[in-house]
Amino acid sequence: MLDVENLNHFMIDILKELGNIGAGNAATALASLISKKVNMDVPNVRILEFKEVASVLGGEENLVVGIYFEITEDVIGNMLFVLDMDSAINLTNMLFNREKKDKELDEMDISAISEVGNILASSYANSLSSLTGLKIVISIPSISIDMAGAILSVPAIQYGHVADHALMIETIFEENQNLVTGNLFFLPNLSSFDKILTALGVN
Amino acid sequence: MEVNTIKVGMADLNVTKAPHQLTTLGLGSCVGITLYDGVNKVAGLVHIMLPSSKEIKNNQNKAKFADTGIEELVKSMEKIGADRKNLVAKIAGGAQMFNFNSNNQMLKIGERNVLATKEKLKELNIRLVSEDTGGNFGRTIVLDSIDGSLYVRTIGHGEKII
Repeated sequence: MLDVENLNHFMIDILKELGNIGAGNAATALASLISKKVNMDVPNVRILEFKEVASVLGGEENLVVGIYFEITEDVIGNMLFVLDMDSAINLTNMLFNREKKDKELDEMDISAISEVGNILASSYANSLSSLTGLKIVISIPSISIDMAGAILSVPAIQYGHVADHALMIETIFEENQNLVTGNLFFLPNLSSFDKILTALGVN
Repeated sequence: MEVNTIKVGMADLNVTKAPHQLTTLGLGSCVGITLYDGVNKVAGLVHIMLPSSKEIKNNQNKAKFADTGIEELVKSMEKIGADRKNLVAKIAGGAQMFNFNSNNQMLKIGERNVLATKEKLKELNIRLVSEDTGGNFGRTIVLDSIDGSLYVRTIGHGEKII
């Protein structure tokens, strides 16, 4: 049985590499979308206790954007991409080529953020798919803008079945002055996690 | 006397006596269950994540589940002077943060948490006096042990006292 607490260093390295390839692909896709160079920072893979999870995003009541995907076919589970509001606004500035603004996100911004989430999630799913040879299909995105605690309760509950810790891949994108920090939660179900490990030859 | 507001985290519980307050922040699909003994002015709050401890192997943390969480909360309140027969309940949370046209049971976990909570309260003969549950938004709650009132705060969906 998977115990997130006991993920060894080797596993962390694999997940980090997966994050690297996924983020690299996503940065490339993002760059071609906006016709600008996008830098990507090496992702940071962290295992957090539930109670620490919300503080990573500025506290339980902090307003954040969450984009949720279901994963089907050979791997069953889901992905959640979370951005703080500053990053969400920087991302829309990057996409729409405008100066920093303080106004609230409008429908157009939300739709664009959702699409970038889609690109990111697809990039991770594709890199996982090519590393493992497993067929992985992601759903259309579902977006929610609300308290960090409330959004993070979704992956926390899914991890709640197996452990008191959560696995998070932190990804940073940068274009000109616009810094976008996003946290990707990857949540395969138990049998899918085993399948991934077997496909990677570590089980 | 200075009023303290005690924070209760996810899968956690706490109890207090008047005039102190209990709070839990950013409830999503989780449910915040508050119990109150108005005679002895004892208040309790548990922040549960899942409906049943029986469905899961890793169930040592009693506060994580509706069934064991409520039982444990009652015991903790009795220890500081509450009388079980005076207890009334108020609950909040159980939202569905993301919408999909799928049969994924995990996405409907909020609804299941609320149902399991109500069943357990009924089993223990604890009357549910008010609730603010469901929807697709997060909630922060504050329970006042002076009168048992429960304050509910949201982002973009107002605030109220139930």
